[in-house]
Amino acid sequence: MTFIENFVPFSIILCMGAGIISSALKGRTSRRFSIIILSVVLILSCFVLGYTVYLGHAFVYVMGKFPAPWGNELRAGCLEGLMAVFFSVIMLLSVVGGIRGQNDDIREDKMNLYFIMIDLMMASLLALVYTNDLFTAYVFVEINTMAACALIMIRDNGHTLVAATKYMIMSLLGSGLLLIGISMLYTITGQLLMPNIHEAVVRLNETGEYAIPLTVVIGLMSVALAIKSALYPFHSWLPEAYGYSTASSSAILSSLVSKGYIFLLIKIFYRVIGMDVMVGHKITNILFVFGIIGMIMGSVTAIRQTDVRHLIAYSSIAQIGYIYMGMGLGSNAGMVAAIFHIMAHGATKSMLFIAQRGLVEVSDGSKDFSDLKGSGFRNHLAGLAFAVGAFSMVGVPLLAGFTSKVYFAEAAITAVRVKMWIAMITLAISTILNAVYFIRAVISVYTPRNMEYKDSSYKPSTNMAFALICFIIFNFFLGILSYPIANTIETGLKVFD
Amino acid sequence: MSKKRRDYKLTFYSRIEDFVNGKEEFLLYRPTGTTEAKKLETLEEELTEAADLLEKREARQKVQDNTEPLDFLKRFHRLYGIIAVLVCATMMGMLMITVSWLPKFGEPGNPANNEVIARYIEKGQEETGAVNVVTGLILNYRGFDTMGETHVLFIAASCVMILLLIAEGEEKKSSYAFDRYLEPKNDIIIQKVAAFLVPVVFVFGIYVILNGHLSPGGGFSGGAILGAGLIMYVSAFGFKKTQRFMNEHVYKIAKVSALCFYVCCLSYYFYMGAHGYDNHIPLGTPGNIISSGLILFINIFVGTEVACTMYAFYALFRKGGL
Repeated sequence: MTFIENFVPFSIILCMGAGIISSALKGRTSRRFSIIILSVVLILSCFVLGYTVYLGHAFVYVMGKFPAPWGNELRAGCLEGLMAVFFSVIMLLSVVGGIRGQNDDIREDKMNLYFIMIDLMMASLLALVYTNDLFTAYVFVEINTMAACALIMIRDNGHTLVAATKYMIMSLLGSGLLLIGISMLYTITGQLLMPNIHEAVVRLNETGEYAIPLTVVIGLMSVALAIKSALYPFHSWLPEAYGYSTASSSAILSSLVSKGYIFLLIKIFYRVIGMDVMVGHKITNILFVFGIIGMIMGSVTAIRQTDVRHLIAYSSIAQIGYIYMGMGLGSNAGMVAAIFHIMAHGATKSMLFIAQRGLVEVSDGSKDFSDLKGSGFRNHLAGLAFAVGAFSMVGVPLLAGFTSKVYFAEAAITAVRVKMWIAMITLAISTILNAVYFIRAVISVYTPRNMEYKDSSYKPSTNMAFALICFIIFNFFLGILSYPIANTIETGLKVFD
Repeated sequence: MSKKRRDYKLTFYSRIEDFVNGKEEFLLYRPTGTTEAKKLETLEEELTEAADLLEKREARQKVQDNTEPLDFLKRFHRLYGIIAVLVCATMMGMLMITVSWLPKFGEPGNPANNEVIARYIEKGQEETGAVNVVTGLILNYRGFDTMGETHVLFIAASCVMILLLIAEGEEKKSSYAFDRYLEPKNDIIIQKVAAFLVPVVFVFGIYVILNGHLSPGGGFSGGAILGAGLIMYVSAFGFKKTQRFMNEHVYKIAKVSALCFYVCCLSYYFYMGAHGYDNHIPLGTPGNIISSGLILFINIFVGTEVACTMYAFYALFRKGGL
């Protein structure tokens, strides 16, 4: 066992410890501490990614003296390493980029509580990525839910309280269904470890024993995680939660929390139930249909928004639809596209939320497009980042969003004929709809008006500038150098079984 | 700070904010100082003005709206209720039918009765040193899950703090002063009973924690008992007396050190276990009070954390601070 393998549990435990210590620190100190910890976790995750790519197969880390079916176990392949790196990059940049927003929106004496939530959120995301045990996944889903709720309501006003309540109700419904699913699965297989469940499920599927409970379990788990990641008919909590919380929280919620659940669902697809059984139970078709509806409806609703935050939030619903559409294709290529889109969307959405904050700062604090006009000239970097993000979401070449759309199209061509037509046509319509509202937003940001808001004493925050530049580079990186990443995802999926 | 809409004070959201922050019951506390009284008066005037505005607005709305959309809304709400009940009933029915297809509870041939359970029961005592198999299972075999579960409690307490912690200042003073407003102060019956019961509850809680590896119980249940004892003490004798031994400072130190030690112990255990080294933790003779290695200490840490969390919930809900 090499030394690097220790980094997998160490990064989780480091985040948990940081959360505990943050509760004893003063506000600003806890932020500095958190940022240091997140950077360390990023470096550790990079090592894990490099090691797993070099190794070519996954390794297992036994948590404690007793091996797997008796004790707990973590597992890291190159896909897990990639996701860990991605999550820690976005988390770090979102926290750094929103520092001024945090100072304005969060009460001084609650600042350390905010960073407890950030640290534990990171721990739970890493645990969801690395876990090899379904019950451990549930425990960390719980932590994730509570931390997400707190991230919304840390900004103390009526809107966020209502949003947090809505989020909590929907999210707990999802957790409950997931728990029922896990316990039913345990009853019919007698295992909690992912590969062991997989073995038992394949056996059950062949013999036809417990066929009805197995179908119900698959349905419950998919629906539970779809609710938690805001797939179309379950999206009602999303606009308010993203629209009123502080900028860092919105960025984290949109690009990490929902993505963590989707990644867990992908793990369940491949490592717990098995892709063949999933496709055999037709659950992929259902996810495909709702993904398609979400792609259209999210964009249609986004067109009607006049508030920039709500626009970005509704666009998230459409993008989640893309991811589920890719998963619903039921092929490996579709899954690669979906995972690539998780990264592309995460990188872009968090950038949009942070840039939006920079634009709002120079528009008298208003989020309305009539006030935002001309804000691109008042805060140049935020305007640029907003434009890059918007173009990426529309799918302009060289940017992350374009590449993921290409992968979706490639995956759709190899799919079943009906699915191919539906997916291609919806991709085209959705791209046009995206263009309608994002290009309009960019144009209004760069319409030279509202010059009375120009304040010569305004200085853009350097932290935000740093984060935005990193985001822009990351976006171009995903767009141009997509091949090695897609390759890593593909090998990662291969070693998943 | 983002510019709030001018009529934010009139919205539903503002009322919710006021309610959560306790401003609706502002009238309990009427400062007699001139500036504060004036401030209050102006605030009340503003509020009444706001209420007037709201009324006028509603009246105008009523004139503008026809009655038809309202009827439609009412019908929609009724329909919504019926559909919700139907969906829930279908869901329940579906789950019930599924349960009837699951293996029968308690049969020896069930899939869950496999080699995993067998090892827990047969070798649990030998491998973990704990007579209570359940404690051995959750704190040793599956220690990582339980660490997550403890953090769930920690994060729950922090969430309640985010929601209910009152800022330093006038509001905090008033909230602290009136935390016994609706309760009898120094009630002799409660105090006598508490004086008799609290030590018993504490001793019982400590017993449950320390015997976690020998008999049913452990950190979670024992901590809850300790927390209940603390709450009983507070409700009998008030916060002033309690704060001599349980204030924010003590709370922080106890919680942080318990969790830190917990995480450190488990990290050591994970590291040694994963590499196949001997971890040099003596298991002792099963049945003795000092046995079962780390489990005893972990129970103590978990118990401290749970007791602190229980007390913090009570104090936060009662007066918005520790």
